Amino acid sequence: MTLLIETLQPWLLPLVRILVVFAGLSLIVAYLVYAERKILAHLQVRLGPMRVGPHGLLQPIADGLKLLLKEDIIPAGADKWVFWLAPAISVLAAFTAFSLIPFAPNFYITDVNVGLLFLIGISSLGIFGIILGGWASNSHYPLLGALRSTAQLVSYEVALGFSLVSALLLSGTLSMKGIVEAQAQQGVWFAFVQPVAFFILFVAAIAETNRNPFDLPEAESELVAGFHTEYSGFRFSLYFLAEYAAMVLVSSVAVTLFLGGWLRFFPSVRWLDFLDYTPVAVFLAAAAWCFRAVLRLPGTREWRWQRLLLLGLGAGAAALAAALLIPARFLPDIGVGQAPFPVLATIQGVFWFLVKVFGFLFAFIWFRGTFPRYRFDQLMNLGWRFMIPVAIANVIFCALALALSRQLGWHLPAALWLGTAATLLVAVLLRQEEG
Amino acid sequence: MDPQNVTTTVLGADEIILNMGPQHPSTHGVLRVKLKLDGEKVIGSECIIGYLHRGVEKIGENRTYPQFAPYVDRTDYVAAVSNGLGYCEAVEKLLGAEAPPRARWVRTILTELQRIASHLLWLGTHALDIGAITPVFYTFREREEILKIFEKYCGARLTTHAFRIGGLQYETYDGFEEEVKAFCRDFEKKVVEYEELLTENRIWVQRTRNVGILTPQDAIDMGATGPVLRGSGIRWDIRKAFPYAAYDQFQFDIPIGERGDTYDRYLVRMEEMRQSRRIVLQAVDSIPEGPILARVGKVIKPPPGEVYHSIEAPKGELGYYIVSDGTTQPYRLRIRPPSFINLEAFDKMVRGHLVADVVAIIGTLDIVLGEVDR
Repeated sequence: MTLLIETLQPWLLPLVRILVVFAGLSLIVAYLVYAERKILAHLQVRLGPMRVGPHGLLQPIADGLKLLLKEDIIPAGADKWVFWLAPAISVLAAFTAFSLIPFAPNFYITDVNVGLLFLIGISSLGIFGIILGGWASNSHYPLLGALRSTAQLVSYEVALGFSLVSALLLSGTLSMKGIVEAQAQQGVWFAFVQPVAFFILFVAAIAETNRNPFDLPEAESELVAGFHTEYSGFRFSLYFLAEYAAMVLVSSVAVTLFLGGWLRFFPSVRWLDFLDYTPVAVFLAAAAWCFRAVLRLPGTREWRWQRLLLLGLGAGAAALAAALLIPARFLPDIGVGQAPFPVLATIQGVFWFLVKVFGFLFAFIWFRGTFPRYRFDQLMNLGWRFMIPVAIANVIFCALALALSRQLGWHLPAALWLGTAATLLVAVLLRQEEG
Repeated sequence: MDPQNVTTTVLGADEIILNMGPQHPSTHGVLRVKLKLDGEKVIGSECIIGYLHRGVEKIGENRTYPQFAPYVDRTDYVAAVSNGLGYCEAVEKLLGAEAPPRARWVRTILTELQRIASHLLWLGTHALDIGAITPVFYTFREREEILKIFEKYCGARLTTHAFRIGGLQYETYDGFEEEVKAFCRDFEKKVVEYEELLTENRIWVQRTRNVGILTPQDAIDMGATGPVLRGSGIRWDIRKAFPYAAYDQFQFDIPIGERGDTYDRYLVRMEEMRQSRRIVLQAVDSIPEGPILARVGKVIKPPPGEVYHSIEAPKGELGYYIVSDGTTQPYRLRIRPPSFINLEAFDKMVRGHLVADVVAIIGTLDIVLGEVDR
């Protein structure tokens, strides 16, 4: 028995981590759909899902069940194997990439020294799912959708790649964990010294995930549903899952590279240390909201389950808040040094990481509610004639700034800001040339 | 060119025939467009209509004049009040009768409210087609207020049958003026809200500028009317040219475009909503007292003869041509629907554009298939 455990030891921890990440990610994706529907609804003066559970909180589960139980149709003219394979590729690529993301200093599946390269590679593979799915459907709308996404993803991949380079230059490592640590060391999130790269990464990320205003491959009003027009049931839900997982992924990458990953806001400012208790406050606030909602529900029998569910949620949140504040002397040493509240210290990293990721996701949804959609040629113009030149200029100026500071001893942030100003000048010139 | 002929280009790439509709999210009902595509570029198009044909004109020959009035509501079903006005005035012209002033004032108010409602529906769906998913909810919020006024006035929201031959059947309800004024007061701010979302939005401008250009000459040749014609820069509005109802009593401007593209038509319709609000405000302050129905008799039996009467419906010139043989039923009834004739310009506007522009152009033509097919 002991032998068995000892043999499994090196496998056990990663396996647990993989399961936690996978389950957590699935949950986040499911509730991201819910959040999207709710946020869009409130932007659009309506309520969104309200029926399944209190405030529609169980809607994602109902939707998931519905999709699983639906008939899975394969069109008569479709290439069966490719049709079957395509959504799987999309999901696999999106989920595999998460193995590289450091959620907290001590919580990640793996840390590879070529992490970022691997990440770019694997996320590009996801495009195959879209292309093959559109092609295998053997139908006009999916074909057009697939063509659009091929062109779009290939073009924006270039800009995305260039914007990542400046983060690499600044940190000097390809390891995702190393990049965050470099930001902690230099005392600044790279977004503040490389705003242009951050902006380009953000825009390219929206394009990469086919989100509005770059949602041409699945433009509902033009191509019905784009590449997944012919998909139904479980296979459709795989595409759905992949799209939202990809949203979380690009947000995670952006957060890791430019917004300091698991770092708190202003981690080096002592008097802001009270921010460390934000997770407790958030859970307490959630509990308070739940209890208030229970009081506001009508007291009749038909609302019994809604009340119970909300009470349970509130109690759970309150219990979590309490658990975070268990003092160190009641716990075995879990390797966080002298922290007064070890659980809180452990959860810190993941909490801040998720806060930043949710910020991104909110912006994604917000844009969807605000902007019209680009046309295909306009998208290409923007990508090739604006984003890519600006991204290249930014890399050049960033490298120059680094060289100046290393060789001539210039103040690095100042040099980088000078580079940014030069990049912005290039951008303005490009815009003027376009007229 | 017949889109059926698929030819092969030098590169060996085939052109594809893409069927848009009749079941498509943005063909506004059951329009079917057959597109010939080279890549995503449209090189030919054909509109196939008739999926909503109900033989309204033939039905007209078998109904008495008052019986047919509810049927016209179902042609342009998002602007039923305007249809009703056109039909009632045409029959009145045939009878040689005229609605009393109070009726004409109320008719003007309701018709202009209907124009706003119709334009709101156009704005929402047009923006939705171009990918802005939020304006449609805002515009429906205001449209709802107008429909509430209709519902209070005559009991129906969509197919209102608001007017009767010779005037109105119902007096305005208590508080009608106040509600209309309250709507107009709020509506001014709401138009600004829509414009903030779209007018200066780079993507919106890029998607609509120079898309679907219709030159003034083409617009006239195709018989286009309404905002489609005015967007091309021609100042033609039946309300000014041949005033009907009480339009000669009020001041309003006719907005026109410069380039005849989708953006100009967008601006024209936005300004028309403001002008409609202006007309409604003037009218509601000066509704005269008096009877609401002219003496036209219980049985409407026009003398033999023919009449053409047209009004400026939200979508363009809506005309009714009625031939009477002296009986209680029309001998022949013909509707000139603005949507059907504006749709003629579609092929000209769409050639050389991309698939994405097709939906923008369908949206900017503001067609209603009930009216196209009748």
